[in-house]
Amino acid sequence: MGVINSGFGGRRGSSNPNLPPGQTLVDDWPVLTAGPTPAVEENDWSFTIRTEDGTKHRWNWTELLSVGVEDIVTDIHCVTHWSKLSMAWRGVSLDRLFEDVETSHDYAMVRSFGGYTTNLPLEDLLDGQAWIATEAQGSPLSAEHGGPARLLVPHLYFWKSAKWVRGMDMMPSDDPGFWEQNGYHLRGDPWREERYQ
Amino acid sequence: MTNPTLVRWHVGRVIGRRYEADSAVRLELDVPTWPGNDAGSHLDLRLTAPDGYQASRSYSLASSGESTRVVLVVHEVPDGEVSPFLVHQLAEGDEVEIQGPLGRYFIWNPADPDRSPVQLIAGGSGVVPLFSMASAREGVEESADFRLLYSVRTPRDVLFADELGALSRTTVDIVHTRESPPRSVRPPGRLTRDGVAAFSFSASASPRTYICGPTAFVETIVEWLLELGHDPARIRTERFGGSN
Repeated sequence: MGVINSGFGGRRGSSNPNLPPGQTLVDDWPVLTAGPTPAVEENDWSFTIRTEDGTKHRWNWTELLSVGVEDIVTDIHCVTHWSKLSMAWRGVSLDRLFEDVETSHDYAMVRSFGGYTTNLPLEDLLDGQAWIATEAQGSPLSAEHGGPARLLVPHLYFWKSAKWVRGMDMMPSDDPGFWEQNGYHLRGDPWREERYQ
Repeated sequence: MTNPTLVRWHVGRVIGRRYEADSAVRLELDVPTWPGNDAGSHLDLRLTAPDGYQASRSYSLASSGESTRVVLVVHEVPDGEVSPFLVHQLAEGDEVEIQGPLGRYFIWNPADPDRSPVQLIAGGSGVVPLFSMASAREGVEESADFRLLYSVRTPRDVLFADELGALSRTTVDIVHTRESPPRSVRPPGRLTRDGVAAFSFSASASPRTYICGPTAFVETIVEWLLELGHDPARIRTERFGGSN
């Protein structure tokens, strides 16, 4: 290709080593949602992991918190080119939730209130890489940002961190979720710029 | 365009540019390899500085269909990195790299067999993808009824003013929030729930609704539509900007 925009200077202050290619730092926190923001009360919220034999592992709000809420400091990267670095989050590790889950399937379809779905391999969800997040920047997650709880998988583009998360179904193959059916990459590694298919 | 097309990088040459509003420029690009795009979709535009430094941003497309002419409207973001260059420096004949077409959800397809009414609701520069849908509607004889409700600060901020006035198959209502045009019977003011009810298809018509605008605008409009009895599954949104 090699198009050079000769009058373009750019803002070199943003060439931070923690910023993946094609990303720009933002100060605010943009909201991207394909439809209405669902109103989900903590009392109505629960999270269910369903495995291939139909077993359901379910936590209501109180049960989730009693599993143990961790502090997380992480960078997040949205496919629409913005990133936030060193964000403070709190949430429950998926490692803890998967402790008693027996499955031979390697993939999960994550489901949200409002109907959103996204697919993830189990190896992106375990080993300290993913949480059910309940707080961000010192406050309970607002509804716009997925409250009361969203998935947090910060090493992948942020559409994988499903807002208003309510469960995941284990599946044998990496079937595409909502954005993955609408042109976005199956995995979404920001360091490889896996944005689109 | 109903078949997903491969997303890849293209080179576009600027063949037209003009100020579309106080701080917005309309860019027309000739992109020989462009596969065409659905109405409502967007692209990524990438600038490369002489030393190799790159910056990318997403822009909605104002154009659609099987054309290699791609139209964007770029609003200058004060203190922005990319938009001031596009608005003030990019000249006719210059090239830019674009990746797309992107987005297969916030789109309207003229061949869609669903003939229930289509309601478009725009806040500010959110009108761009909705204008693209209304333009696509112009191109077909028989299709859904269209309405566009466009909330904008002042008459000088209205994008596509001439084209909107010429639409024959979309009913257009413009609500000015800060300053009305001369001789307007409506004083300026923010949209209200009653205003949305008055200028849009009722829930009983079970319209499909596309809303695009700043986050707070979209959140407010959606809340009102749900209060007015609209089906959340038939509302599609595209938001820009942040919240805390």
